[in-house]
Amino acid sequence: MFYREAGDFKTSYSEDNQTFPIKFDRWRYYFVLLVAFAVVPFIINDYWVNAVFLPFLIYSIAAIGLNILVGYCGQVSLGTGGFMAVGAYACYKLMTGFPEVSIFIHIILSGGITAMVCVAFGLPSLRIKGFYLAVATLAAQFFLVWLFNKVAWFYNYSASGQINAPERTVLGTPITGAQTEPWAAYLFCLVFVVICAVIARNLTRGMQGRKWMAIRDMDIAAEIIGVNPLRAKLSAFAVSGFFVGISGALFFSVYLGAVEVGEVFGITKSFLVLFMVIIGGLGSIFGSFAGAAFLVLLPVLLKNVLVGTLGWPTDLAAHLEFMIVGALIVVFLIAEPHGLAQLWRVAKEKLRLWPFPH
Amino acid sequence: MPEQLVFAMEVFLNGLMAGVLYALVALGFVLIYKASGIFNYAQGVMALFAALTLVGIMEGQVPFAHLINAMFGTEIHHFGWHVPALLAILLTMVVMVGLAWLVNTIIFKHLVNQEPIILFMATIGLAYFLEGFGDIMWGADIKKLDVGLPQGINEAIDEVTYGIFDYGFFIDNLDIVATVVAAALVFTLIIFAQYTKQGRAMRAVADDHQAALSVGISLNFIWVMVWSLAGFVALVAGIMWGTKSGVQFSLSLIALKALPVLMLGGFTSIPGAIVGGLIIGVGEKLFEFAIGPMVGGATENWFAYVLALVFLVFRPQGLFGEKIIERV
Repeated sequence: MFYREAGDFKTSYSEDNQTFPIKFDRWRYYFVLLVAFAVVPFIINDYWVNAVFLPFLIYSIAAIGLNILVGYCGQVSLGTGGFMAVGAYACYKLMTGFPEVSIFIHIILSGGITAMVCVAFGLPSLRIKGFYLAVATLAAQFFLVWLFNKVAWFYNYSASGQINAPERTVLGTPITGAQTEPWAAYLFCLVFVVICAVIARNLTRGMQGRKWMAIRDMDIAAEIIGVNPLRAKLSAFAVSGFFVGISGALFFSVYLGAVEVGEVFGITKSFLVLFMVIIGGLGSIFGSFAGAAFLVLLPVLLKNVLVGTLGWPTDLAAHLEFMIVGALIVVFLIAEPHGLAQLWRVAKEKLRLWPFPH
Repeated sequence: MPEQLVFAMEVFLNGLMAGVLYALVALGFVLIYKASGIFNYAQGVMALFAALTLVGIMEGQVPFAHLINAMFGTEIHHFGWHVPALLAILLTMVVMVGLAWLVNTIIFKHLVNQEPIILFMATIGLAYFLEGFGDIMWGADIKKLDVGLPQGINEAIDEVTYGIFDYGFFIDNLDIVATVVAAALVFTLIIFAQYTKQGRAMRAVADDHQAALSVGISLNFIWVMVWSLAGFVALVAGIMWGTKSGVQFSLSLIALKALPVLMLGGFTSIPGAIVGGLIIGVGEKLFEFAIGPMVGGATENWFAYVLALVFLVFRPQGLFGEKIIERV
């Protein structure tokens, strides 16, 4: 009743092939875009941007990237933190090396550089599969973090070993640095999120996405029906690296402003993004957003309730947070192994009939 | 004999000892993976939890003291008694068996027939939970663990090597004990798997779940048993590492050290875990000794992974892993 495909007639092929073929989905998509671009920037303040919106948007990009690799192509990766670090350091080197170029271009270029690094570490995936590959990608994680710690060229020989984002503007508005307005940072990230989501959505429902899914379901069978595993796997690594690199660059330049690599891009970050992908739903772009929102909001909520409302000591609340996050993940996997995206699909099925089920 | 070579030999021996400790952690992984196909990321945290519990029982700490104090405004910390080490170890073992039963009943019974990646994620969730739980139960401060194991430089080896090379090797007594214990543990496990009824049942389950079920083996019992065994191995690893560097959060990171060992040795092989551990231990110590100073040190963080990665490219199933046969 509320969600229906019936009566939605297409009269041309381009209409039939559009990104959201169902009218309801399309309108909902336009509505969300409208709210995100035209309403949210006017009502948010510093706290909301820094605690909720920026992490949500940036992690969404990373989750989409990882979802392409894990959910669509079936290559489990635990190196996301390291690849985000590549994006961050590439962005830093570009920003300090070519200050006259727009930061927009820098961030896209850092995505490209990360894609290349990601492909290099993806090469073993042609030989190694499953858990062996997951552990192999940890090599990337540890090696990259070590590299950025030890080679002083990457942090411009600064004494602290940190990298700090210099102030940059887009259309005259500061985007990085201390002068940034919350809405400007929010809109800048939002533009990237929308671009990435549109690219990812269209890649995954086209020929390339089908090749990836064929490889995921069974790579030998895919090879027999004519999918080149080398190109399919490496392209998944490249696209995934591109997104993860962009998110790393944004994470460093817009969100944090100063980064110490071992702390920010450590192994926990890899796990966090993987959690987002799995809780959100493997092989679903919507799921990446849902997972990112869930895991960004949960700690904020817990902290507010435990420390703010109940007045518990912060260290106790931090431990309790670990317990609750861990327990929720387990509960989630037991109740719905296919993630939030599956819950949404079920809800749509229900809405199609509700309130007249017969 | 040139000085460098003597140093290298000392590093080699120390690497061998470190490798045994890695192997000890890897062993826990292999046990669970073989019997239930679960890649148990929580193994490191289980070692931490076991060590925390052991210290807590020995010192007579009140569990959840911090939480109780925060909720009721009381000031309790200790019961005021000390439990002898052996009894405390036994009690900790009981706790670990209870934990195994709980983990199996609450989590993995409901996840039968799920994909391996889902099971893996569940163990990460378990790791998070246990980490927070252990800290809340026993407190997050760094604790000293002393169950009476010998520590410090081994005088005999020092003297003997001094007589031969004019340079005494520094070998920690604790490392020697760990080596002996690990060897005994592996030997016992192999005997258990080969010659006892439960061990055979365990191997049957590892081979084929459904076939094992159809000849009357209780999967539930075997899984609880395997998780208890892994808990026992975690306890031993926790004692060794805890005595070496104190019981603290970083103890749970030894799981990350064990992963390349597993890759190298193969996920399914107990001897593989031992040999892999030795190779990784010696390899990373020698690499740090030879190449480390040139590139700024701290290569131990990644060398093991890169070594395992390069190795896997040539032999994807690890040294002793079962050959991967793929059919369409």
